Amino acid sequence: MIDLSLLPDGGMAWLDGSGPSSHLVLSTRIRLARNLATYPFAPRSSVTQREAVLREVLAAARETVSLREALVFRLDRMESTDRQLLHERHLVSRELAGAGEGLAARPGAAVMVQARAGVMLNEEDHLRLQGLRSGFDLEATYQDVDRVDTELGQRLPFAFHPEFGYLTSCPTNVGTGLRASVLIHLPGLVLTKEITKVLQGLAQVGLTFRGLYGEGSEVVGNFFQLSNQTTLGKTEQELLDHLGKMVRQVIEYEEQAREVLVRDVPTIIEDKVWRAYGLLRYARSLTFEETMNLLSGVRLGVGLGLVDRTGLYALNKLLIHTQPAHLAVLEGVGPDDPDLNVRRARYVRALLDDEAARRGQSP
Amino acid sequence: MTRCDQCHEREAVVHLTQIAQDQVVTLHLCERCAAEKGVESAANLAKTPVGSFLASMGKGLEATAALPGMTPPGACPTCGATMADFRESGRLGCAECYRAFEGPLRDLLRRLHGSSRHLGERYAAAGTEEAIPEPGAEQLRQQLQLAIDTENFELAAELRDRLRTFGGAGD
Ligand SMILES: [Zn+2]
Ligand SMILES: [Zn+2]
Repeated sequence: MIDLSLLPDGGMAWLDGSGPSSHLVLSTRIRLARNLATYPFAPRSSVTQREAVLREVLAAARETVSLREALVFRLDRMESTDRQLLHERHLVSRELAGAGEGLAARPGAAVMVQARAGVMLNEEDHLRLQGLRSGFDLEATYQDVDRVDTELGQRLPFAFHPEFGYLTSCPTNVGTGLRASVLIHLPGLVLTKEITKVLQGLAQVGLTFRGLYGEGSEVVGNFFQLSNQTTLGKTEQELLDHLGKMVRQVIEYEEQAREVLVRDVPTIIEDKVWRAYGLLRYARSLTFEETMNLLSGVRLGVGLGLVDRTGLYALNKLLIHTQPAHLAVLEGVGPDDPDLNVRRARYVRALLDDEAARRGQSP
Repeated sequence: MTRCDQCHEREAVVHLTQIAQDQVVTLHLCERCAAEKGVESAANLAKTPVGSFLASMGKGLEATAALPGMTPPGACPTCGATMADFRESGRLGCAECYRAFEGPLRDLLRRLHGSSRHLGERYAAAGTEEAIPEPGAEQLRQQLQLAIDTENFELAAELRDRLRTFGGAGD
């Protein structure tokens, strides 16, 4: 079993709810795709070549400040629950984790993590440098990952073309190799049915959205990851400014939608929020998806000041620990334990009871 | 793999988000069922330029059959990947592929990103201080000639503009 407690705050610093706009934005993530010019891209690399990439990058990282003390997880040597755990913590992509039925991590698949920065190795590209922060903070997150890029770039032969910029396995990532994503909670826009219009508008200005777990994942609990679609023809700063401007606009729309709901249908909203809280607090069996949707309702209630028996940090904690692999590890059972839903409900109940007691509320 | 919600047979490649009874639901559809529903999802739209480009590409290349035991004509000299490989996987084989297929890739990048010209941070090769420079006037002139030869007038116009910044217009 891997020991995530070795990571500062278990690699969960990004969930502490302390960052800017954290009532709506859970996290900001930026990744830079980089490749070594000296090996074929990962999908065409042999096992030996993938091992060599890993070795060279680890050696270079040890000479840097930003990754000198990084923890290294070799996904190709980990059990599936552990790989799933790293994926649920948003430290590695689904592809790198080889998460899912009958899938395995590919040879040389690894991740390095130090503080708010890290590197995925032998994913679709040799290196995927990443920065991850709590709340909405594109500037600081970019600084974290840019530092890793500079330090590693001084030591490794990155593939770079005079005209096209940084070269990547897939042409959709060429140029800056930059993909910035903001994980945002938009229940107001969903309830007012404005969300489709907003998402269509974002597509028209070159932004795209995904679910909670990135590429190809579905939307659960009204969480959306908004990110830039193109990576070439603009500077890093321009890409970040554009995304930042649009996210601020979406935040404004969400706030407006919430105002409309509270003004026009206050009873319905209050009922919805308290039903969600009541079910989480007293249900005896909860599926993961139901939990996510109920957490969304309570989060909305906290945001509107309707619920004071719990706070954002506790909700974030529930969001992470009720995921299948996390819950299984926490409870010391297998991922296909038949009582997982019962265990989930018990865990949620205990945490919410604690919170209410701590905040001096009667049950 | 995620199966299509409609036919439950083929792999779902289009993930369509809809609102139903105050809940966001995601519909997973295969390419065919998506087309039947007339769905143009963001994923679908994003795929179109690459898809149609890749389909149109390599038609000329395939006509020249490779002799056994030889690197097929037009293959990347470093990794041996061909345009047909790229068409199938959507992935390039190595960094050299970008030079081997530079012309067609420039077109593709312009379609995908609206530009083929990297304006972001420039890489200073390991152990050096100097960043790799943008293409010089001579390289731009060669690209311009190629663009004119292949009747890619939009690109030619852009290259002519860029050449002007060097002080000499492409004649
Ligand atoms: Zn289908
Ligand atoms: Zn190649």
